Amino acid sequence: MVEPVLVWRRLVGAQIRSQFQYRVSFVLDMLGNFLISFIDFLAVLVLFHNTTRLGVWSVREVAFLYAMSSISFALTDLLVGHFDQFPQKIRDGTFDILLVRPRSTLFQVIGSDFQMRRLGKAIQGALVLGYVISSLAIPWDVGRVAMLVVMVPSAIVIFASVWTVGSCLAFWTTDGGEFTNAFTYGGNFLAQYPIDIFSTWLRRFLAYIVPLAFVCYFPALYILDKPDPLGLPRLLQFSSPLVALLGVGVGGLAWRFAVRHYRSAGG
Amino acid sequence: MIEVERLSKQFVVRRGRFRRERVVVDAVNEISFRVERGELLGYLGPNGAGKSTTIKMLTGILVPSGGRVSVAGLDPSKRRIELAKRIGAMFGQRIQLWWDLPLIDSFELLRHIYKVPADRYRQSLARFREVLDLDSFLHTPVRQLSLGQRIRGELTASMLHEPELLFLDEPTIGLDVVAKQRVRDFLIEINRERGVTVLLTTHDLGDIERLCKRLLVIDHGSLIWDGGIDELKERYGAERMLIVDLEQPVPPLQIEGAVVEKVDGPRQWLRFRGPAADLTARVASSARLVDLQIAEPDIEEIVRRIYSVPGT
Repeated sequence: MVEPVLVWRRLVGAQIRSQFQYRVSFVLDMLGNFLISFIDFLAVLVLFHNTTRLGVWSVREVAFLYAMSSISFALTDLLVGHFDQFPQKIRDGTFDILLVRPRSTLFQVIGSDFQMRRLGKAIQGALVLGYVISSLAIPWDVGRVAMLVVMVPSAIVIFASVWTVGSCLAFWTTDGGEFTNAFTYGGNFLAQYPIDIFSTWLRRFLAYIVPLAFVCYFPALYILDKPDPLGLPRLLQFSSPLVALLGVGVGGLAWRFAVRHYRSAGG
Repeated sequence: MIEVERLSKQFVVRRGRFRRERVVVDAVNEISFRVERGELLGYLGPNGAGKSTTIKMLTGILVPSGGRVSVAGLDPSKRRIELAKRIGAMFGQRIQLWWDLPLIDSFELLRHIYKVPADRYRQSLARFREVLDLDSFLHTPVRQLSLGQRIRGELTASMLHEPELLFLDEPTIGLDVVAKQRVRDFLIEINRERGVTVLLTTHDLGDIERLCKRLLVIDHGSLIWDGGIDELKERYGAERMLIVDLEQPVPPLQIEGAVVEKVDGPRQWLRFRGPAADLTARVASSARLVDLQIAEPDIEEIVRRIYSVPGT
């Protein structure tokens, strides 16, 4: 169990070293990432410029969802964010090389695209979170602190599972980059807002099929001590880690199935 | 080492712009062969004949559509990870080294990916540094290496974990004569000294002649030759070309046992069969000879001849 982590650290270390080879580009990338996600947050503020509440949610509460989703998204992108470059590997056949090495392909893909610049978005999310927590009167207790701590790793795993399933499509479409983006960036967008503002079918979709509601919405209800506007079972608010585990299973199975349909490229 | 029985791979290709029609293409069609431990074997065929597809099924990259494969006693697509520890692979066109890092860093990473013990790694690396002359560019980022240097790096990378079996897909493609020779010397060394079984695909008959005793030829997904290189040439490559440079231009020579194919000033091309010595003597007696060379047929030519000879 420890050994793969050590190998992962070496793979990632190698990439950080190569990113530092282009220092100016690295600094600009990171700054760009920070600014883009800041503009993203402005969109939330613009929305609230025209209304004071979104359903039962105040601007600060939505900002809390936004911050948690951003941090989780950025960390997922940092830790397992291979999905930008992955369809290219399928298309040009360089995925072959991963298959002749004695490691799981998913592990190698995860270790093959570690971009430090993605920290930019996480930093921005953390700043928003700091502000929100200091200005919201959250009734902190052991349970809430624990939830806050468990929430981020669960969210990372849920995001990662959803992305993995989305990426599997590249094995068939060969160039499914844009479709996969619907799962990644689209998923981040959906997780930022309280699901009770969406229509019923989308809500069900997010709660039971692509479980993005477990990234922020359900745990946030508990932390912010809000009654669920949808009246769903309270148990769901504590289910994120379980959903994450389930996601790992589904993602892993989908991946295995997809790799067997890999067609490689000529030459 | 390798057992292949009625191995097939079909691809479904969709054609047409609007009304797409499904077409099943047989990339590899029921081929069978065996490779013993310690062989150095050439796998030849024109572009698109199914060479790479076969290698990909042997290494566990592609799942076969039919038939049976066993490599080092394992089913490649089912026990890919176990097999990967025991085989090395180099695909001429696919870079396995880390592009932005110094060559030595890639070796270090591979050492950990393959879990090679530190002392074994040091020994192997020292050996490869010497044989492949890596020292001058060991600390250069891969992106700055010349093709020849990179291929030497790739060869080292595919051998660091001391595999029993090495697959090489077009290892000498694009290399100059010196670099080609270095790669060939390396392959002979690992085959003889370490007993590594080597299967290489190539376009280059020169590779085959200098390296392999046995040869498989594939075309349109079917195996059309499995045997020794000398037998193949005897049967299909018997006709060679004698190129002679004469002292002065003369009309096409009338020599018994040879046909003049082409004349260009003092140079003439003669197609012939059998030993070259007698023929050369006959040419020398009928014209003043300055220089001569003998050209062997290339793979495309041999494949064409295999088809054109009836009864095979």
